[in-house]
Amino acid sequence: MYVAVKGGERAIENAHEWLAEERRGDTGIAELSVAQIREQLSLAVNRVMAEGSLYDADLAALAIKQARGDLIEAIFLIRAYRTTLPRIGHSVPVDTGAMACDRRISATFKDLPGGQVLGPTFDYTHRLLDFRLAAEGLASAAPCAPAAEAPMPRVTGMLGRDGLIQEEHDDGAAPRDMTRAPMEYPAGRDLRLQALTRGDEGFVLGMAYSTQRGYGRNHPFVGELRIGAVPVEMEIPELGFAIEIGEVVLTECETVNQFAGSKTEPPQFTRGYGLVFGQTERKAISMALVDRALRWEELGEDNVGAPAQDEEFVLSHSDNIQATGFLEHIKLPHYVDFQSELELVRKLRREAGAEQMREAAE
Amino acid sequence: MSLLARAPAARLAALVETLGPLPEHDWLRRPETGGVMVRGRMGGTGGAFNLGEMTVTRCALKLADGTVGHAYVQGRDAAHATRAALTDALLQTGRAAEVQGAVIGPLAREAAARRSARAEKAAATKVEFFTMVRGEDA
Repeated sequence: MYVAVKGGERAIENAHEWLAEERRGDTGIAELSVAQIREQLSLAVNRVMAEGSLYDADLAALAIKQARGDLIEAIFLIRAYRTTLPRIGHSVPVDTGAMACDRRISATFKDLPGGQVLGPTFDYTHRLLDFRLAAEGLASAAPCAPAAEAPMPRVTGMLGRDGLIQEEHDDGAAPRDMTRAPMEYPAGRDLRLQALTRGDEGFVLGMAYSTQRGYGRNHPFVGELRIGAVPVEMEIPELGFAIEIGEVVLTECETVNQFAGSKTEPPQFTRGYGLVFGQTERKAISMALVDRALRWEELGEDNVGAPAQDEEFVLSHSDNIQATGFLEHIKLPHYVDFQSELELVRKLRREAGAEQMREAAE
Repeated sequence: MSLLARAPAARLAALVETLGPLPEHDWLRRPETGGVMVRGRMGGTGGAFNLGEMTVTRCALKLADGTVGHAYVQGRDAAHATRAALTDALLQTGRAAEVQGAVIGPLAREAAARRSARAEKAAATKVEFFTMVRGEDA
């Protein structure tokens, strides 16, 4: 039960003033600019854009600064801002096959057309703290090599030519949008992918890991992982044709999964799909594994009761803003609720006490 | 329009500056920032799904001679959108060749240079495999 209470205004105001002071920290240390966060903490910015579900690096960097580096708080700020934006329209689906790849690797084919391109990766680093970074003024220039404008065909397309992988069909249907209508279950793959791409990285990672450990195992290989910029096109009504309205960096992961066939499908490889804003490969791989696990029904697999196969469980707990909102609200004043609980416990104890007295007397 | 949409705001401002005083215009639609839902395809090639929004600013204006300029630019910069729409309008007037040379040409060259600079760094991280000669083959 909620009742309006007055009071605490000055305490709240002072708390916010102190918050601002703590955010700034020691004024003897130079202040961090939004541009510095955008350029130098870019993977944090990417995560806030992906889970805030709004591609705008300057806003994400500002949110990180305002939230003192608390990324879920920053995502909350972006989600709140997003709701104030009028919806101009939607893009033509992006063509990730035409991506200008910074990174493109395959764990299934060594010698694939276009090659294995590592890009700016943490892989193969030794995970030793680099104390040179503690010294300022280090700038390094990446080596260059002549770039061949060779196409980088999809690995799944190569398997598809031989009919070895389940095909994707475009039925031309307009996808449903979870930000416009309440979720309904069963949700279907379009809504699942939308929820997963904006879902909490830790939650989606945990779900994906659970499938690898045997809770709904589906034997994934990373068929392909690519990171790079793709143009975004939109149909402009007043022009009557589509133009590019910008460019976004995306991470795409396509898994190839072992599949022995089922009552409805022949033996072939199946797919899991991850596509996420920014350079966010842990999230994209996790998304692909969870997407594949949630497809058990359409592929005629058994539901073994694994958490990652339960669409309603996964989708209704993947959003960190919903989760943190409900979780953190319990710290806000519940004085009246608690008073009634207190009254109840006292009454029960009185009754139990009276009962004991009566029994003892008998 | 694509180049204008993706151009860095400060760079477009500097290039438009070189055109001298810009013509007067009336607004058909004042700059307005909103969200565009970016869509992807399931499995990369299948049916569409909603990936998330991006910020876009659009506007439309009319020059004194009636030429209409439109702009849709990424981000939230109203001045950037205005410059893009003015450039779009001027490209349909007698000053098209001048604007092409002073604004669009440099933007196109710089966008290509940025793209190839990244591609060259990526190419330097391309893996060259070599196979060890095994004992029984030697």
